[in-house]
Amino acid sequence: MIQLIAFYLFATIVIASAAMVIFARNPVHSVMWLILAFFNAAGLMLLAGAEFIAMLLVIVYVGAVAVLFLFVVMMLDIDFAELRAGFVRYLPLGALVAIILAAELVFAVGAWSAGGIDLAARAAPVVSDKSNIQQIGELLYTRYIFLFEAAGIVLLVAMIGAIVLTHRQRGGVRGQNISQQVRRRPEDATRLVDPGVGQGMEL
Amino acid sequence: MTEFFQSLGMSYEWAWGVATICGILLIALPLMLAVAMIIYADRKIWAAIALRRGPNVVGPFGLLQSFADGLKVFLQETIIPSSANRGLFLIAPIITFTVALMAWAVIPFNSGAVLADINVGLLYILAISSLGVYGVILSGWSSNSKYPFFSALRASAQMISYEVSIGFILIGVVLWADSFNLNEIVKAQQGHGLGFVNAFGFNLLLFPLAVMFLISALAETARAPFDLTEAESELVAGYQTEYSSMSFALFWLGEYANVLLMCTLNAVLFWGGWLPPVDWAPLYAVPGIIWLFAKILFFFFVFSWVKATVPRYRYDQLMRLGWKIFLPISLFWVFLISGYLMLTRYS
Repeated sequence: MIQLIAFYLFATIVIASAAMVIFARNPVHSVMWLILAFFNAAGLMLLAGAEFIAMLLVIVYVGAVAVLFLFVVMMLDIDFAELRAGFVRYLPLGALVAIILAAELVFAVGAWSAGGIDLAARAAPVVSDKSNIQQIGELLYTRYIFLFEAAGIVLLVAMIGAIVLTHRQRGGVRGQNISQQVRRRPEDATRLVDPGVGQGMEL
Repeated sequence: MTEFFQSLGMSYEWAWGVATICGILLIALPLMLAVAMIIYADRKIWAAIALRRGPNVVGPFGLLQSFADGLKVFLQETIIPSSANRGLFLIAPIITFTVALMAWAVIPFNSGAVLADINVGLLYILAISSLGVYGVILSGWSSNSKYPFFSALRASAQMISYEVSIGFILIGVVLWADSFNLNEIVKAQQGHGLGFVNAFGFNLLLFPLAVMFLISALAETARAPFDLTEAESELVAGYQTEYSSMSFALFWLGEYANVLLMCTLNAVLFWGGWLPPVDWAPLYAVPGIIWLFAKILFFFFVFSWVKATVPRYRYDQLMRLGWKIFLPISLFWVFLISGYLMLTRYS
């Protein structure tokens, strides 16, 4: 009963906020609706018993990816008139995409109701006494270890690529060398002298 | 608690609902009271270090100062700047406040005294604290004013930077405790240091993590010396500049609730949580919640002490500390701890 109410609550909010991502006029509002959709999708994951995936969804997508989205969108100079002018131009393309998606949905529902797919594949995951994290870890580091490592290398290459593309040497930057500052002792910097009267000081 | 309400003749669903709401109120209401008193304590400690008197007019020793301040902001008019983005401007403080309360759901106050005893407790805290950025960033943007916007950009960059190293520090603790559940982490600390001290902090491998976590906690909650987000000499009052009345009070409460949460995490992750400091049977007669509160208050004292004595960092120094020092060290420590555990525990 509680699960059912929670499911319909989360599902309704996901769909409604996903629609609002498109319908919101202001791009910043769009990003906020997107975050709400992510958050409620994490709630759906929790209901499916995948608490580890749900938490990762919130940490990675809500905590990092969406913040970057928000940064970029806030910096944009948005001209609403121009945005609306493009609407008619892109309408045929948009309509085409919409028709393809709708057709796919109809086919998917038709194929599903016709049966023929192995029912065991759709069955609920086997409940075991191990926690979510242990199960994922065991699978990821044994059976899928090469795929996991390959994904890591792809990310590393992407990271190095981004650094190479944006890195440039700038001249005339006066950086702060903190270890040098910390190493500096009073004796290196100050000098105590006792000049005689009328002799003056050599600087 | 659910069983108790079921014994009163409720169905399971109703009993669960009522028990959860009671649990939330049992945490949230004392927390608000604690925040009011902790603001007073913060001001008193700060004043004592600066050789001033601090609040001493309202009530005995000024104890009611925070309540007087609360009443004052409650009676003020809520001013919304005409060029502000109304909806987001009003939602932002609510997000900050709610998020600050939400994380308390998984904090163990005693053995088994947890609102939500989930086995991904620490990940939940990370997830919720990453939400805290939105309250700040939205308030800065929706104010449509330049100082709040600068402050919001600074604050979000700062929070994201330090979240990375906090994540790695937490992984070290999780590896050692072999669980993400906060209660299990506390239990794993029993007799950990030298066979009788109930703290991970007495482990030579984990002590550097405890120090880094304390400093990262200061940065994550934007306390001095990392309070660049509200550097009053440059940014007026930071992202809260345009706020008044209750919307300002929500930021205030949320900020201090976050500070208390970080103190609690310090106590729970590294210094034994609700366990007494030493594994000695008579000390277990004192309820665990008192040990936990004593540790929280100690860490809050450290936070105020730092605030009163350390000058503010410059922004590039802050970023350097986060990305060039804490991140490599904490990443290296993950390798070190997992290597050590592979050699000793799992070989």
